[in-house]
Amino acid sequence: VSYLCASGAGAGQDVGRSCILVSIAGKNVMLDCGMHMGYNDDRRFPDFSYITQNGRLTDFLDCVIISHFHLDHCGALPYFSEMVGYDGPIYMTHPTKAICPILLEDYRKITVDKKGETNFFTSQMIKDCMKKVVAVHLHQTVQVDEELEIKAYYAGHVLGAAMFQIKVGCESVVYTGDYNMTPDRHLGAAWIDKCRPDLLITESTYATTIRDSKRCRERDFLKKVHETVERGGKVLIPVFALGRAQELCILLETFWERMNLKAPIYFSTGLTEKANHYYKLFITWTNQKIRKTFVQRNMFEFKHIKAFDRAFADNPGPMVVFATPGMLHAGQSLQIFRKWAGNEKNMVIMPGYCVQGTVGHKILSGQRKLEMEGRQILEVKMQVEYMSFSAHADAKGIMQLIRQAEPRNVLLVHGEAKKMEFLKQKIEQEFHVSCYMPANGETTTIFTNPSIPVDISLGLLKRETAIGLLPDVKKPKLMHGTLMMKDNSFRLVSPEQALKELGLAEHQLRFTCRVHIQDPRKEHETVLRVYNHLKGVLKDYSVQHLPDGSITVESILIQATAHSEDQGTKVLLVSWTYQDEELGSYLTSLLKKGLPQSTA
Amino acid sequence: FLQYCLSGHPTLPCNVLKFKSTTIMLDCGLDMTSTLNFLPLPLVQSPRLSKLPGWVLKDGSTFLDKELKECSGHVFVDSVPEFCLPETELLDLSTVDVILISNYHCMMALPYITEYTGFTGTVYATEPTVQIGRLLMEELVNSIERVPKAQSASMWKNKEVQRLLPVPLKDAVEVSMWRKCYTMPEVNSALSKIQLVGYSQKIELFGAVQVTPLSSGYALGSSNWIIQSHYEKVSYVSGSSLLTTHPQPMDQASLKNSDVLILTGLTQIPTANPDGMVGEFCSNLAMTVRNGGNVLVPCYPSGVIYDLLECLYQYIDSAGLSNVPFYFISPVANSSLEFSQIFAEWLCHNKQTKVYLPEPPFPHAELIQTNKLKHYPSIHGDFSNDFKQPCVVFTGHPSLRFGDVVHFMELWGKSSLNTVIFTEPDFSYLDALAPYQPLAMKCVYCPIDTRLNFIQVSKLLKEVQPLHVVCPEQYTQPPPTQSHRTDLMIDCQPPPMSYRRAEVLTLPYKRRYEKIEIMPELADSLVPLEIKPGISLATVSAVLHTKDNKHVLQLPPKPPQPPASKKRKRVNDDVPECKPLKPLLSGSIPVDQFVQTLEKHGFSDVKVEDTAKGHIVLLQEAETLIQIEEDSTHIICDNDEPLRVKLRDLVLKFLQKF
Repeated sequence: VSYLCASGAGAGQDVGRSCILVSIAGKNVMLDCGMHMGYNDDRRFPDFSYITQNGRLTDFLDCVIISHFHLDHCGALPYFSEMVGYDGPIYMTHPTKAICPILLEDYRKITVDKKGETNFFTSQMIKDCMKKVVAVHLHQTVQVDEELEIKAYYAGHVLGAAMFQIKVGCESVVYTGDYNMTPDRHLGAAWIDKCRPDLLITESTYATTIRDSKRCRERDFLKKVHETVERGGKVLIPVFALGRAQELCILLETFWERMNLKAPIYFSTGLTEKANHYYKLFITWTNQKIRKTFVQRNMFEFKHIKAFDRAFADNPGPMVVFATPGMLHAGQSLQIFRKWAGNEKNMVIMPGYCVQGTVGHKILSGQRKLEMEGRQILEVKMQVEYMSFSAHADAKGIMQLIRQAEPRNVLLVHGEAKKMEFLKQKIEQEFHVSCYMPANGETTTIFTNPSIPVDISLGLLKRETAIGLLPDVKKPKLMHGTLMMKDNSFRLVSPEQALKELGLAEHQLRFTCRVHIQDPRKEHETVLRVYNHLKGVLKDYSVQHLPDGSITVESILIQATAHSEDQGTKVLLVSWTYQDEELGSYLTSLLKKGLPQSTA
Repeated sequence: FLQYCLSGHPTLPCNVLKFKSTTIMLDCGLDMTSTLNFLPLPLVQSPRLSKLPGWVLKDGSTFLDKELKECSGHVFVDSVPEFCLPETELLDLSTVDVILISNYHCMMALPYITEYTGFTGTVYATEPTVQIGRLLMEELVNSIERVPKAQSASMWKNKEVQRLLPVPLKDAVEVSMWRKCYTMPEVNSALSKIQLVGYSQKIELFGAVQVTPLSSGYALGSSNWIIQSHYEKVSYVSGSSLLTTHPQPMDQASLKNSDVLILTGLTQIPTANPDGMVGEFCSNLAMTVRNGGNVLVPCYPSGVIYDLLECLYQYIDSAGLSNVPFYFISPVANSSLEFSQIFAEWLCHNKQTKVYLPEPPFPHAELIQTNKLKHYPSIHGDFSNDFKQPCVVFTGHPSLRFGDVVHFMELWGKSSLNTVIFTEPDFSYLDALAPYQPLAMKCVYCPIDTRLNFIQVSKLLKEVQPLHVVCPEQYTQPPPTQSHRTDLMIDCQPPPMSYRRAEVLTLPYKRRYEKIEIMPELADSLVPLEIKPGISLATVSAVLHTKDNKHVLQLPPKPPQPPASKKRKRVNDDVPECKPLKPLLSGSIPVDQFVQTLEKHGFSDVKVEDTAKGHIVLLQEAETLIQIEEDSTHIICDNDEPLRVKLRDLVLKFLQKF
């Protein structure tokens, strides 16, 4: 019996930061290394001392896996590897490896250069950290060491997002990261094969939502943007540089084209232009339609969307601005928000989830007076809209993934406790599997009961399957073998071979029983009567009368002699080996009952 | 297992492997050298070609003069070019379960196999292989279909007629099997049967066999394949390269421990050094252009062309060629250039790093941006307006029998200022040029073949140490034209097994074990016993289940409980059946201890007699006798079952069970 544990150093019942530790068959794997964007203090990074207590992380962890480039999944990586200290392998997909350092650097700049925080990772640390990254292909089986292997599946959440299967022997865990089960305008849907993991660790951000059709939401979004622009208002769309931004850009670009609109659309500088380049170069990670048509028209070359300059924010007249970051917690989006918040003609559209503590979360929960840095109060008069464009699976999607992968246990993370409870019940009802939802820092232990692979000698297997091919297939045939365990190798061989390999001789155990029967006839006549009797009873056995006067039933030998004192009694010597004990003992009791009266 | 060899072309292989219970086709290359026997298909009416005289037999008969034309002493078939297919009669191809493709050059016969043989299986290939393979097929179909040819010659194929023809037509093999090109609907249908795979992805076939593609370093997405079960491993090496060009480097380590290594797709020009050839290519190109001539480079639309463009990118400024236009003409030129930029994950490390910046991995993006390289779908349309000379034109097909290259050969062939540079190694350049003779244009032969040469092969084999090597017969002897070069053949121990077209090989292997799974309940019930230090044994009696080639051992079902009211049964019902087998025994019985044990169990009249081989233990009252020898024990008693069982158990205490 072995077990696997999953403990959340981050995630758990919270959407803040993801960091999960999985122990499977003696291997320790850390899944994601996120930071919490709602905090500016120690709480923003996971507590890594929790993992090893005092030991070195490199000694304890076999590998680290990053599911995608969002900071709540990779933001603590340089802190973890360079400041706490980890030198083992870090796995991620190629697009994640490409984009992750750029977002980290951006995050570092905001934190250190703008907010002036010290005790934070440096640019060099990001570079050194990325040197430890090994890029993986989709579906490639990566052998981390001799026993541990990992495999990435398409997750469709952002460019390069992946789910990971972690496998040791026949035990396995699947970690979904964030995923999306419905293809959108730029990415495909998550997909996994029927890999039947012992445990599926799934995000549950939208555990209770069953979202209406995508088309409706898109129409709604375009209508709101269009109305605001028509009445001369400004639209702010806080986004993360990569992901939703590209989807919404494609949406607006086509709408502007069709409606022949003139109001400018801007994309906040730097990152985003680069971001579009990444989409062009990693186009094989986008959806079918974009991949098919990219030679004729690359969807990530926008005509109507131009780079934003800080000065544009004060320009009169309508405009649409995509600005980072997405939760209004810092940077350009927050700056523009502060400028535009006082005008009721303007609108801010939050196209994704906001974690607690961010300005985004506050205004979405209805707060209209915000305390900003320096005790300043900002009054929000602009319209605040929330549109769920986050590419997370909704309840339907999560159920769909469980149906695809057929896990034996499900563990919900990256969601809010109340919502998770609802989903947990639904999963247990529909799939009859155990579902867990550990709190932060809580450990879930799942016992697995794996079967044990051994090597069987071909001779033994062929012997057994040959028997199995006999017409009587209904009765399961028993096979008999000897399991030899030496070092870590397990071999199932025939008992004869086991003896031979060990250089041992077989010890033959034989029994001979005397059975007395009353029969005045001559010996050979008695033998004949015994033979006919046995032949009649044992129809499925090979009963033979040998020339030397003895009888064999299979390997059991029967000889008759006259009793030395009583000529009317014959002594039958029944002789068999230990291996044929059942039959031998049965024969003696059968013969003891005497022979039937001869009718002849 | 068996290997059916369907192609005789060592670099365009097609083999079928019967491995365990699966039938696996390894590549389906299309031998296009057959097209060299045909007249070129001109895009624009060519007076020269249409005026070629019909061929007349020695006896003066002219019945073939419509089908065969003569040009400078060579005879050509005046018909739609045809290709030499892999063998389709050697085995029933509808029984093929899967086709594994190693690179885009080795899949060109795919539509013939998937659309005409009843094939219902799956094809596995990497994404770049499929995308670029599609481009190659599209170009092929396009260049043949846009020059409709009224005539389809077949009379010359008649065996009696063929005998009368001059070489090489006379010696052409299996002409009756030659086929016209497939169509786009057939290409699409064939490609729809492909399932995409990534390097190091393990693909299970019917639970019996696992196949895995590995990077082979030769082209974008090119792979070698591992075909293995738990105990056998076949490596299929096809078109591999150890040179650092644009693709991801070759994965050699995973080829280790193979029972059999099938080796195909070595370099076709073992004596030429690719780097040297690239240098010669550049200098010949520069010289021609400086003298006011044009350069024609017959090429495929993908592959080496990317490397050539990269070299030129670095070379043109220093060579003063900045103002010379480079044209790339192919119906798939644009697609090929675009596709090359999006396969970051399949590129060598340097190119990957560029994508991370993010910048396009190939510098031809910049050549296009700066208008130094222009691409056109054909010579018609925009090209005719933009066309400036002197210039450099890259276009297909390398056989010079179809495609836009035919036009440029006709256009530039008459001037000695111009040069045609052959870089693709698949066709003999002299044969390719034959229907254009006499030719004033300069011809330069710079074949660039980055695939393994014999020195690299011998190093590779030493490294990965397969038990057996299987290869095309061409690799087991020096090239026919250089029979003294014994270094130009595979040298390994044991010597390689060779194959030729239409042959069936039995591959050597020796297998002694198979995987089986012991269910946890059964495993829990086992009682291991340490027999020798470090070696434990457990006897297993279990039920064997076999499904989908997987074997599982389970606990035997519990015997049904005997009915409570035990009726008197007929004798027949008691016949024992299917009871667990008794284990074998080993060890010996120490007589003294045995006697003590007997006494402890209430036998008071034990007597021991010595014999030649051992002892006889007598239980006088019970009239029972136990013969004990080194390797045997014999209990002889009256029919007293309780006594026998008691004695048996006492004896067993001293013995080990197996």
